[in-house]
Parts: sequence; C-alpha cells; structure tokens
Amino acid sequence: MSYVIDRRLNGKNKSTVNRQRFLRRYRDHIKKAVEEAVSRRSITDMEHGEQISIPGRDIDEPVLHHGRGGKQTVVHPGNKEFTSGEHIARPPGGGGGRGPGKAGNSGEGMDEFVFQITQEEFLEFMFEDLELPNLVKRNLTGTDTFKTVRAGISNEGNPSRINIIRTLRSAHARRIALSGSSRAKLREAKEELLRLKLEEPDNFGDIQDIEAEIEKLSARIHRVPFLDTFDLKYNLLIKQPNPSSKAVMFCLMDVSGSMTQATKDIAKRFFILLYLFLKRNYDKIDVVFIRHHTSAREVDEEEFFYSRETGGTIVSSALKLMQEIMAERYPSNEWNIYAAQASDGDNWNDDSPICRDILINQIMPFVQYYTYVEITPREHQALWFEYERIAEAFSDTFAQQQLVSAGDIYPVFRELFQRRLVT
Amino acid sequence: MTAKEQKRQPISTGSEWTFELIQAYDREISRIAARYALDTYPNQIEVITAEQMMDAYASVGMPLGYHHWSYGKHFLSTEKSYSRGQMGLAYEIVINSDPCIAYLMEENTICMQALVVAHACYGHNSFFKGNYLFRTWTDASSIIDYLVFAKQYIMQCEERHGIDAVEDLLDSCHALMNYGVDRYKRPYPISAEEERRRQKDREEHLQKQINDLWRTIPKGADKYSDKDNARFPAEPQENILYFIEKHAPLLEPWQREIVRIVRKIAQYFYPQRQTQVMNEGWATFWHYTLMNDLYDEGLVTDGFMMEFLTSHTSVVFQPGFDSPYYNGINPYTLGFAMYRDIRRMCESPTEEDYRWFPEIAGTDWLSSIKFAMSSFKDESFILQYLSPQVIRDLKLFSILDDDQKDDLLVPAIHDEDGYRTIRETLAAQYNLGNREPNIQIYSIDRRGDRSLTLRHQQHDRKPLGESTEEVLKHLHRLWGFDIHLETLQGDQLMKTHHVPPRSEHSEGEYGRLDLAVIHL
Repeated sequence: MSYVIDRRLNGKNKSTVNRQRFLRRYRDHIKKAVEEAVSRRSITDMEHGEQISIPGRDIDEPVLHHGRGGKQTVVHPGNKEFTSGEHIARPPGGGGGRGPGKAGNSGEGMDEFVFQITQEEFLEFMFEDLELPNLVKRNLTGTDTFKTVRAGISNEGNPSRINIIRTLRSAHARRIALSGSSRAKLREAKEELLRLKLEEPDNFGDIQDIEAEIEKLSARIHRVPFLDTFDLKYNLLIKQPNPSSKAVMFCLMDVSGSMTQATKDIAKRFFILLYLFLKRNYDKIDVVFIRHHTSAREVDEEEFFYSRETGGTIVSSALKLMQEIMAERYPSNEWNIYAAQASDGDNWNDDSPICRDILINQIMPFVQYYTYVEITPREHQALWFEYERIAEAFSDTFAQQQLVSAGDIYPVFRELFQRRLVT
Repeated sequence: MTAKEQKRQPISTGSEWTFELIQAYDREISRIAARYALDTYPNQIEVITAEQMMDAYASVGMPLGYHHWSYGKHFLSTEKSYSRGQMGLAYEIVINSDPCIAYLMEENTICMQALVVAHACYGHNSFFKGNYLFRTWTDASSIIDYLVFAKQYIMQCEERHGIDAVEDLLDSCHALMNYGVDRYKRPYPISAEEERRRQKDREEHLQKQINDLWRTIPKGADKYSDKDNARFPAEPQENILYFIEKHAPLLEPWQREIVRIVRKIAQYFYPQRQTQVMNEGWATFWHYTLMNDLYDEGLVTDGFMMEFLTSHTSVVFQPGFDSPYYNGINPYTLGFAMYRDIRRMCESPTEEDYRWFPEIAGTDWLSSIKFAMSSFKDESFILQYLSPQVIRDLKLFSILDDDQKDDLLVPAIHDEDGYRTIRETLAAQYNLGNREPNIQIYSIDRRGDRSLTLRHQQHDRKPLGESTEEVLKHLHRLWGFDIHLETLQGDQLMKTHHVPPRSEHSEGEYGRLDLAVIHL
C-alpha cells in the first residue's frame, strides 16, 4: 500500500540556511565582485542584482582523485570507423568532453562558479559598514504627511471631545469661587439669628431682618449654575507634521577644458554612488546640478554630464551659486544638505582662498557633509591645500580624496563615508 | 475506431494529475508489479513543488541534512540553471528508507507522475530492498532517525563551539569522505537511539584509548620491548576517517563525533556509488515494462503512451563519443540495455547466447534478472552479463591512452576478438577501487614527531590529481601533525607529498635524528 502525501505547503526554503552559509563563506569574493561591478556598471543600472562569479578553484571541494597521465584505457560508445589495433592521432588540446582519448571522468567542467545575488544583497554588500556621518534627521515641516496628536486641553472644541473630569472640576471651582462670600455671610447670618433667638427672643424686628437676609443669601447661592458653558473643557488634538527627512544633494563639477570625458565619467559614478546612498537613507531627495568653468550655472542632469564646454576654471563661482540656491530654496533647518564636488584640481590660483572663505563662512556651517574628490593623477594644486585647511576646521563634516581611475571610486567612497563612531 | 480501442477504458484521458489519479495509477502499477513479484518497502509518495525539489537536490538527496555551505553552493547552481531553463529538474528523487520516500514534482503531467511511480516506487524501491550491497551495508529503517540525530548534534556543536570551527571540521571531513568507508567489513547498522545513548560513553572511552596510544610517560626499562617499535597500525588502513576518529591525537570528543557522522553518511551512500548502472537500469527496465503492461491492458491512452515513450527515449539516450553532448556512458542506457538483453536471452536465445551464457539462455527471465539484480554490483554485473549483443548495439570500443606514446591505440572494438576485452575494461571502469586512487594509512610515528604516513599504490602510472595537496592540508588539520604521502609503483618510491611542505635542505631530517637520539 502506498501513501500519497501533499507536501507542497511545507516550507520551501529549506536551503536558505545553506545559502546564507555559502554567502558568508565567500563574503570576500562577493564583496570584491560587487566592488568591481560598481566601477564597471553604467550608472543607470545600479539597482540590479549582480551575477557573482567565483573562480572554480577557490570553491572546489578537494577530493583525492586521479589526474591525467599514466596509462588509461577507457570504453566509449558509438564507434564508427575504428578497427582494433588501430593507432590514431591524439586529439589536440585533450580538453573538452568529446573525442576519444579523453577519460570521461576527468571532465572537471566549469572554471567559474557563477550565481546571482539579489539587488538587496548587492546594495547591502555595497553599503556594508557605511553610514553617513552625522546623519541628523531634522524635523521638517514636510508638506504631505501629518499625524494627529493630543496636545492638552482647550476651551473650545466639538462636543464629542468634551473632557468630563476637567469640565466638572472647573465647574466645581467656579461654584466655589462665585458663591464663597455669600456662603460666609450666610453662615454669619445664621449664627446671628441663633444668638438673637436665644438672647433676645423678643427682638422681632432684627430677627425678621436677618431672616430676610438669610433668604436673600440662599437665593443668591442657589442662582450660581451647576454647569456653565464657561466650564466646558475639550481635549485638544492637533495635527503635527510627520518628521520626514529630506535631503538635498548638490553636485558640483568642473567642466572646464581640462576635464576630459573620462574624468567626468569617474565623477559621474561618484555622484551616482552618493545619490544611491542618500536614497537609502532619506525619503525625499533633491539633486541640484551645478557646473562651472569660469562661471557657474545650474543645469539638468543630461547637460551636467554630457555637454561640452571649454575655458578656464573659477571654482568659487560654483560655490557662490550653491550658497545662493541654499539660501533661496533649501533652508538648512528644513533640509539635510549634502554636497559633492568633483574637479581635476585646476583652479585659477587667486581664486582658491576665496573658495575657502565661502566654504568656511557660508556653506560649511549649514551642510551635513561636504565631499571633495580630485580626479587627477598629478600633483595637488592650490585648491587642494586650501581645502585641507577646511578639513582641519570641519573634520567631521568635510572630506577630500583623490581618485585616479574608476576602480578607485568605491574604495574612496567607502573611505569618505566610513562608519563613524557616534559623536 | 477499432474494436480494440473501444475496449479501452483508460484511467485518465487528460494530462492534469490529481491525488485520486495518482492513487489509481499506483494501485494498477502495484497490481502489475505484484504479478512480477517485485518485493518492495511500503511507499510514501510525496508531492512537492519545484522549489522544494531544488532544496531536496541541494542536500544531495538526504531528506534532512546538517547545514553546510557546500549544500548552499549546490543549491545556488541548481537554482541558476533551473531558472534560466538550462536544465529541467529530475522528475523524482527517491530515498533508500523504510518506508521508501519518493518525491513527485507538482509540475509533472499525470503521465510523468505514473512514470515516476513505476520507476521510483517499484523499480528503485525493489532494488534497495533486493540488492545485496544495500541489504548488508545500509539499514533503511533507521537512516531518517540517524539524519535527525546528526543534524541536531551538529547544530548543538555550532552553538557551543561556533559555526566556523564546525565548518572547518566538516570541510576537512568532506574532503576525505570517499575514504571514510569500510569496503570489506560490514559496519554496524546505524541507529539514532543507540547513537544517542552510547555517545557519551563513547566520548570517554575513546579519549581514554587515545591517551593510551599517545602515552609519553616513560615505562620501566624492563618493560621496554620491541612492541613499542612495531609499526602502528599493524596493517595499512583504508578507512582514513575511521582512523582519524579513533587515533587522531588532538581532536576533542565532539570533533570525533562529527568525523563519525560524516563517515556514517559516506557509508550509507557507498552502495549507491557502486550500483549506479544496475540501479538506474533496473528502475528503467521496470518503468518500461510496467508502463507497457498498462498500455496492453488498455488502461492508458495512446497519447499517454507517446508522452511516456518520449521521456523514456530521452532518458536512455546515449550520444556517441564524438557528439558534443557526450559525457561518458549513460548508466541508464547501459543498465537498461543489459537487463533487456538478459530477458531477450532467456526468451529468444540465439546460438551465440548459448555459447556465451549457457547458464541463462532459455531459462525463466524473471528469476534470471532478479538474481542479476540482487547478487552483483556494477563491476561484477558488467563482467558477468555484458553480452556481445549489447556491445554491438552500443558499438563499444576502447581507447588506450599512454602518456609515453605519441598516439592512441584502439585495443578492442565490438567484434569477436574484442568482446571479452571490452567487457573486462568496462567492468574495471566501474570498479571504485580503480576509479579512486588506492591510498591507505601506512604508519604513524608514535614515539617521534607523531607524523602520519600514507601510501598511494600507483596503478598504471596514473598520477594523483591536482587537489591532492589541498586534501592533505585538510588531513593535516584533522591529524594535527605532519602528513607524508608516498606514491609507490610496485616497491619503487615515485613521489612524495608533505604537509607542511618540507624545505629543500630537509631540516626536518635533522630534527628527526635528534629525536631518535633522545629516544635511544
């Protein structure tokens, strides 16, 4: 007798643990593959999984087996033209799964072990250990989300929100306040009446006066209402803007004649990396592209990366423009401001101190983080040294690094955003 | 419509399956199998999804495996090729247990389900129950329990000693897994309950034995005898993992237990590795026979039969040696052809069959193939039963590749002179003893540096593969002291491996001299 059992509803991810064990073991390989992928990929497809390939020899599980060589006799099927005792030439290469003379069991197969990781895993590996420094989430008066919170008691409101305890308490207080003096007089009058009745029972005139007085006081006390509209207290609910974190990223790039397309490409990847990173940390991100040669202009992405310009370089023009845009559109109490500047290090010499001034006085106090990458294999120039002084002054929020090739981006990026201890 | 077809009353006509239908087919197949007196364990047929099938795949057919990255690797590569449509999943996985568990995939059509039921639940199942290797070497009733025990034990070890420590140990054991089997001695049947009960005793007992072996306290001078200088082990040991478990000087008790688990599992799979052709051939023979009987009884439609035959032909397809798809001899093809041929020789023997197989030609086919199934392993099965007919049908020929010659030689082809040679060569090809290098533990240096010496007896000058060094490193990790591997051709020392590698000036030799002096 056979039993047929439906196991389809049983867990299907029995291999998850083993898969994780595998990823854990080959962490270093995967990380390296991800790093390579980041510098190789075009920017637009940064958000995909990645195919990871690990050299076969690193992943092989070694076993004792025979190598090629010696005397081996192997039986094959499908003879067509061979006769016994025939000598045939050794097939060239000796590899592949075909041709006689190659032992069937020595087909080692794949050279590379290839598998997929998901986009999540890809970014996870890419951003591992990274965290934006001073990631301050500022309360921003965001425009889209509100939540209602209790905010104490108010005198106005709608009947469904009446706070009964507070209302009755205030009614009670009001009654005490309004009838207090009358009650005191009433008490006095009653004592007087008692005394008169005992000591001067015949003094009818006074007794009548006092009785009238008592009646008047009682009536006055009685007139104080139990509940007045004045007493009503309501629970107050107010709408509070949901603290949502918004960030703006300023991309500044030198597009002067000295910047080649290759250099711009490297810069572009750096910006993209930063953008992706911010995207994982903030709900809403604005990106402002500022390009400059001798003068600066705010442009769209396409123009930023691809249109060609020539001319000299005045970096301060871009910084001035950035400062203006910040003041105009991105007040620092509402926005987390990040800036990334890429350049080949060229600047008109007298301009570099001006850049420093603008940065220190008008930009650095308001930004979360400012990164400067210099894409050049050459010696540093004046701008770099001026920026070094800024880095001293704002060591937490300013960083600069040098890039030489696209492959350097990721390590530098990591360097810049190395997870810092909570400060 | 002919009269015959009108008589047909098929169990089903569509291609969708339902549980009732699977049961109906199983009932019919079981009825026909009973006619052939196929002796099976009870069947437990489990319907699973493709994802679950991939899981089952990844754990190399064990229904519950302990966790290890290599299974994850297996899973990833299966998943990748499956999701890209490069590879269909196997239709079935069957587990040698009692009851015999067979997995059916949800995606299959009813025809495929019936095929799998015939193939796995009656073919493989009766092979597991009948073949002498499985009968003597595995205990179908306790394997599931044992796997549960193993998984729990290894999880506990991971909690106690860390994942890394356990993983390293398992890596090393896996590298030597093929050398963790007793080839000639029948092992104790494994039982989870027994294991649990005795495990503690064993830990203590084992440790005591080890301590005895490695005792360094000097004995009285009079007691000092030749016995101490005798080689240990007295006979070379083929079961390397067993030797490690019992004698490695530095392993903790839990590590020995894990070595034991890997060894036991290797032992469980050992018969399967030795009977691939026989087992698959047997199952294929029976699904072919049973399905044809179903058709003859009018229980399945023509369409059903066409679908079945398509699958069947692709299973037994054997590409020629010069085809780009060629990857050695297909065990399904070879096994199926051989069983079919035994039946043919019994039912309609030719003059040639009487000459070659006087003991089976013209006899009762059923008892002949049952005898063939139960009493052999691949090597001896081929040596015994590979007939000229099959050799001719498959056009088998052999190739001698001698690296000292410039060209290849064809020693034999499918002709009168070649049959015997082909048969012997092919049988030798399935001899695990030939396929795997013959490496045994030769001695340990008990009084000196505790090094372990292995000897590799070379056959036909076949060298060791390139991962040997890596395996020796794993062995070094388990043993804890130096490992030497000597390759011998006859009595002549051809090559040596050392882990850790010995320096050119063999400083090690001087060290050993000093030690020898001290011990004198």
